[in-house]
Amino acid sequence: MKNGTMENDDFALSCPTPILNYDTIQLAHGAGGRLSAELIEKVFLPCFENEILLKLEDQAQLEKPNGRIAFTTDSFVVSPIFFPGGNIGDLAVNGTVNDICMSGAIPLYLSVGFIIEEGFEVSELCRIVDSMGKAAKTAGVRIVTGDTKVVNRGSCDKIFINTSGIGVIPNDINLGAGYIKPGDKVILSGTIADHGMSVMTARDGLSFESRINSDTAGLNYLVRDMFKVSKKIHAMRDPTRGGVAAILNEFARSSNTGIRLFEETIPVSDEVKGACELLGLDPLYVANEGKLIAITASEDAGKIVEKMQCNDLGKKACIIGEVTDENAGKVTLRNIYGIERILDMPIGEQLPRIC
Amino acid sequence: MKYIDEYRDPEKIKSILKEIETEVTRPWVIMEICGGQTHSIIKNGIDQLLPKNIELVHGPGCPVCVTPLELIDQALQIAARPDVIFTSFGDMLRVPGSNKDLFKVKSEGGDVRIVYSPLESLKIARENPDKEVVFFAVGFETTAPGNAMAVYQAAREHLKNFTELVSHVLVPPAIKALLSSPKNRVQGYLAAGHVCAVMGWSEYEPIAEQYKVPVVPTGFEPMDILSGILSVIRQLEKGEYKVDNQYARAVSKNGNEAAQKIINEVYEICDRKWRGIGVIPASGMCLKEKYADYDAGKKFGVSNIETHEPEVCISGIILQGLKKPIDCPAFGKACTPQHPLGATMVSSEGACAAYYRYQRFKTNI
Repeated sequence: MKNGTMENDDFALSCPTPILNYDTIQLAHGAGGRLSAELIEKVFLPCFENEILLKLEDQAQLEKPNGRIAFTTDSFVVSPIFFPGGNIGDLAVNGTVNDICMSGAIPLYLSVGFIIEEGFEVSELCRIVDSMGKAAKTAGVRIVTGDTKVVNRGSCDKIFINTSGIGVIPNDINLGAGYIKPGDKVILSGTIADHGMSVMTARDGLSFESRINSDTAGLNYLVRDMFKVSKKIHAMRDPTRGGVAAILNEFARSSNTGIRLFEETIPVSDEVKGACELLGLDPLYVANEGKLIAITASEDAGKIVEKMQCNDLGKKACIIGEVTDENAGKVTLRNIYGIERILDMPIGEQLPRIC
Repeated sequence: MKYIDEYRDPEKIKSILKEIETEVTRPWVIMEICGGQTHSIIKNGIDQLLPKNIELVHGPGCPVCVTPLELIDQALQIAARPDVIFTSFGDMLRVPGSNKDLFKVKSEGGDVRIVYSPLESLKIARENPDKEVVFFAVGFETTAPGNAMAVYQAAREHLKNFTELVSHVLVPPAIKALLSSPKNRVQGYLAAGHVCAVMGWSEYEPIAEQYKVPVVPTGFEPMDILSGILSVIRQLEKGEYKVDNQYARAVSKNGNEAAQKIINEVYEICDRKWRGIGVIPASGMCLKEKYADYDAGKKFGVSNIETHEPEVCISGIILQGLKKPIDCPAFGKACTPQHPLGATMVSSEGACAAYYRYQRFKTNI
């Protein structure tokens, strides 16, 4: 392909760092004039390249897809913007791809809006945009429209990104919390809390010897694989903020069923477990960015998990619980000693404890 | 995972439970002092695994819970000042004062930052010489060495823009106060493992002797807690009362002497009010006169604040082991972790918060 070598290894930018007139972002880069045009031409287009975007109209003109449309939006304000395993750019693409495909939809198009703080390094923007291009390519989606605003120093924290996305839902797929019923199984696609702990341990003030990589990844092909073996998937969500506990509480409330988890079945890596122990955090409440929870009919759960395990993003997929008609609206956790307790909705962000 | 899995092993747990069942012949009331232990007991359901005639009551060892309302209000006043960067351990930010919490102050423009260590606050002070940096020095003997070290370092560096708002509390005077109460029901204590790691277990010997009560320094994992309970039960059944260290991997007789040295250099013993309990003589620590320049309360003149606790709250009675959270009419109704009315609901380690979080479904709330 032109301008970029998507075939390059992970450590190289696919899109060569462009030579701009400035090495930091100026207010004028968002003002619609010559500097804006230069940014689009030299930074965004080479990384996002596709024929819809290349038309550079005020809107992307898209063919009407055949099926119901899934439409979603998400804003990304993560700090630090670079963390082990990813950055705010691939996070913004994968996050929206995942929100689309949790409906069973095939993601097609994304929009991207940047709000950049004046003085932000152009080289950092290039790294971010490059990872967005790579993540979009991996997920098979096209970034077809975008916008950039630059705000005064102090008006935002380095860079904020909004992505919206459109996907098409195949006619025979209908997902939603309303389809959850007692007897269903709860499937988790892999280890939990990797993203949240990666970001937390990358923050100033904490130094950990071992590096925890974020799990940021687009899950659309994993979802496709799951539907290949079963249509009895009732609901799916990616457990981002608030973690597994928050989304299962949402499921339990909106379906008015109980959800019972079995603690020993929930995979957590040793690094994450250790960091959580040190900081007094519960991994069930920590964010993930490349995992999904599916509620499926009991009879198909086994073959869905087997299929997921064949995909790199679902290698550690497993059944972690079941839907019950007891404790309606609540999630409970049965521990290794056979004692059942509530797994509550989080109040806000978990706070590290005094001691 | 090493140092964790072996203390959570279900087979070992089963066998120690069996030992406890064999030993116990009568009803006993045991108090775990530390909020971390309460949290572990309720989260793991240890109270439900024990024989019915062993009752666990939850002690006052949650520093967030027992920090008096006046001090939270002082913190809020200082944090709201435009010249101040207010730094604190994370779990103090959600603790409500009389009408707001530190998160609210932050949203109103106060510069409130979560730190993981007081030495981080010191770094912020060095980097912001035109700001006053205040650290909210809360905690038991566990956090005292680090908090003392921050003041000691600041003095050595002649840092003029660092102060601490100090509300340190001590475990042994609290145990004595509980044992001296005519209403006391507690017959044995699990002492707080990490406090003992700093102070050693020898300071509990006079208490065990004077009040004829077993005191067992105990850790925080299920195995630790059950071993602690087993030791207390064995002693109670035999009529013995001694200090029996069940947390030997962290606690020694004399504790961490370097840590004690820095505490004694910077802080001195003072009377301290405990939220929900009241003033306990000689139960706290404050800055010594020679470090008075590092006292945020003095520097910002916020010492005389009067507060009123809601009358319905029974946290004081809960902290003495006389009642359980579910005995309170406000529990889970007027009083929740989002809108706590008193000490034991404000922190996740408080007894009420632990019951609310993990065992609420038993009360139909």
